[in-house]
Amino acid sequence: MKNSTNISSSELVSNAAAQNPVRRIFSRGKIRREVLTGWGFVLPALIMYAMFVLIPLLLSIYYSFFRWNGVGPMTWVGLKNYLTILQFPNLLGSITNAFKLILYFSLVPVGLGLIVASVINRVAPGRFGAVARTVLFLPQIIPLVAAGIIWGWLLAYPGLINEVLRKLGLEVLTRAWLGDFTWALPSVGVIGIWVLLGFCTVLLLTGMSKIDPSLYESARIDGASWWAEFTSITVPLLKQEIGVCLTVTVINALAAFDIVWVSTAGGPGNSTSVPGIQIYLLGFSQRSIGLASALAVMLMLLVLIVILPIQRLSRETR
Amino acid sequence: MKRNFYRIIAMMMLLTLIAACAPAPSTSPTQAPEVPVEASIPTCGTEPVVLNAYFETGFDIPFKLAEEFTKQYPNVTWDIKQDQFANLITTTPLLLSGDNAPDLLRLPTMVTFAKDGLLMNLDGYAAAFGWDKWPVPQLDQNRVGADGTRGSGELYAMGLNYSLTGVFYNKEQAAQIGMTEPPKTLAEFDALLAAAKEAGLQPIMMWGSAKSGMGLAFPLQQLMAAYGPVGPINDWIFNKPGATIDTPENLLAAQHLENWIKAGYFPADINAIEYTDAAARFGAGEGVFTFNGDWQNTGYDTAMPGNVGFFLMPPLEAGGAPAAMSAPLTYGIATKAKNADCAAFFFNWVATNDEARIINVAIGGSNPGGPLGAMMPAAAAGSVTNETLAAGPIVGAAGNSMDFIANATSAIFAQGWTPELQKMVGGEQDAAGLLQAVQAEYLRELSQ
Repeated sequence: MKNSTNISSSELVSNAAAQNPVRRIFSRGKIRREVLTGWGFVLPALIMYAMFVLIPLLLSIYYSFFRWNGVGPMTWVGLKNYLTILQFPNLLGSITNAFKLILYFSLVPVGLGLIVASVINRVAPGRFGAVARTVLFLPQIIPLVAAGIIWGWLLAYPGLINEVLRKLGLEVLTRAWLGDFTWALPSVGVIGIWVLLGFCTVLLLTGMSKIDPSLYESARIDGASWWAEFTSITVPLLKQEIGVCLTVTVINALAAFDIVWVSTAGGPGNSTSVPGIQIYLLGFSQRSIGLASALAVMLMLLVLIVILPIQRLSRETR
Repeated sequence: MKRNFYRIIAMMMLLTLIAACAPAPSTSPTQAPEVPVEASIPTCGTEPVVLNAYFETGFDIPFKLAEEFTKQYPNVTWDIKQDQFANLITTTPLLLSGDNAPDLLRLPTMVTFAKDGLLMNLDGYAAAFGWDKWPVPQLDQNRVGADGTRGSGELYAMGLNYSLTGVFYNKEQAAQIGMTEPPKTLAEFDALLAAAKEAGLQPIMMWGSAKSGMGLAFPLQQLMAAYGPVGPINDWIFNKPGATIDTPENLLAAQHLENWIKAGYFPADINAIEYTDAAARFGAGEGVFTFNGDWQNTGYDTAMPGNVGFFLMPPLEAGGAPAAMSAPLTYGIATKAKNADCAAFFFNWVATNDEARIINVAIGGSNPGGPLGAMMPAAAAGSVTNETLAAGPIVGAAGNSMDFIANATSAIFAQGWTPELQKMVGGEQDAAGLLQAVQAEYLRELSQ
């Protein structure tokens, strides 16, 4: 017979599950142990989460109400930092740019990813599909800073892309892509598409492999076209995967920093400036920790406002 | 689960509101302790000393100077850490306030650190070593007033050397467009630029990418100093109350720059060119002229030996005094430094020791400054350094040296000059709008 203090935690869990609710109420000692063990397991992760996520988050919110250079005395300014952001076009403009980036970082990769994934799934499930998947996914494992620098060279005025255009006799199209007011943001967007397309494709392909093939078979017997299959079977059944793709890529767009920083640093004339860049400049270059925190809090709220409806839509029952 | 998520968000919002209503924490201003003026001149002593130093990556001068110093004073050894300039901007406050505060460090900016009491007041050392008797402008840029303005007040840093800016030119291409001697007036310079354009050459090579900051701030400030006196420009840089960059003279200067842009004197892709690209392209023969500073001398000499010349930006009218940007390579001592005396002795040694001055000129290419009549080393024959060193005293005698308009506040370059000048290149900003926008940004940053 086992001593009750010697019960292992796994036994405890299974025992608890087996017990009926009435009995549970009467064995409070056991319940307390169970709760304590649970907390014991959760605590390490919770401490890390609190230290590196929750506390910095709350501190940022706190700092956003002060004027502070990071070292000297803090001065209470209430909501003034938030008003400053709304008043200065450079700061407000960066938020507008972030929304424009959603098109390139999110809508195009997800849309294109769906098409590419369904083509790979239908046409080339074998070795060719595996190669295509790997090639598309490669940008994910290349450090973004290195990728950004290489793209900077490709898009430079004396760079490869202009060279190719010149060879094709399209001299009129050549320009300093990352230094052009009209083309800098789309160029940064193209880098984003290149990075995120593979991620979306692979995620969507995984989702497609879970769809029952008999659905496609019966559709084909009924004479459904590729497009009909795509819109009536693939997309509706991939709702959750599309939701995940949209969530990740929209956050990538709104909270973009690395791709933009290494390719344009926000230029020319703030035309590719995003909140991430402004937060960095305000916080570390200008040493306005309060203003930087206020912009960061606004960015967080914006991300939540955009992400929560996406989450809700994709979680709806099929 | 989801409800809990919303609950957390609601709680966070509530906390935000509570924080917004809470009273400000009490604050107490700090002040830098002044170094006691000692009767004897501070030295590094004879006991072993390890100087704790923080240098800027990519520039050899401080490292070579440290090496020579140890050769002459073997009891002093170094613990040198280094970082990129951009990283120094972010880490300096932590370094200065930390437990192991550096004895000697490269200062990206100084006003806030001085105000927060993190930097040692060097007035005591200046009196002990006689730095205060050096030709005046040298120390001014390192002085911070009680009101937080720069240019006068207490001394918080020293320059290891003093850079100078102006116009560098490709001698071969300049001869090709008929330039036999440097232009004496702005109009003559304009004529040369037009001739270069006419000849199918790139008149001016310049950088403008936000990644390295907009280089057109150089010609713009040189034009400002050609059209008007340097005093108001320095007042603006030093944050003197009521100072503005939006003056009638500066408007003429900005319009002049706008005309250069419209005339196609700068590369078409300037908004995407980084500093190192511009230097490399000028070195490869793309550009008759370029605006830069003497820190690039060694680079130009290496790329085009004997083919690079230098002249100071010509004044508006013949006989006028030329002006130039000149800034010290700023180093400071932490208030909490353990070997402040030795670090101060090093500052003095750099400016007065012949060997140190030779290293400074040979490696840095800049003027080592120091007391009147100190030995001035010669650079290698054919080096552009000889021309920049000769130009220094001309600017000094005219009292026409300026700090950089890019240094007026810590972010005015990134948030003001760079985007607005880029817009001007792209035809989205005019001269008047440029000055207004930068002034608005300047006021915003000062109010923060």
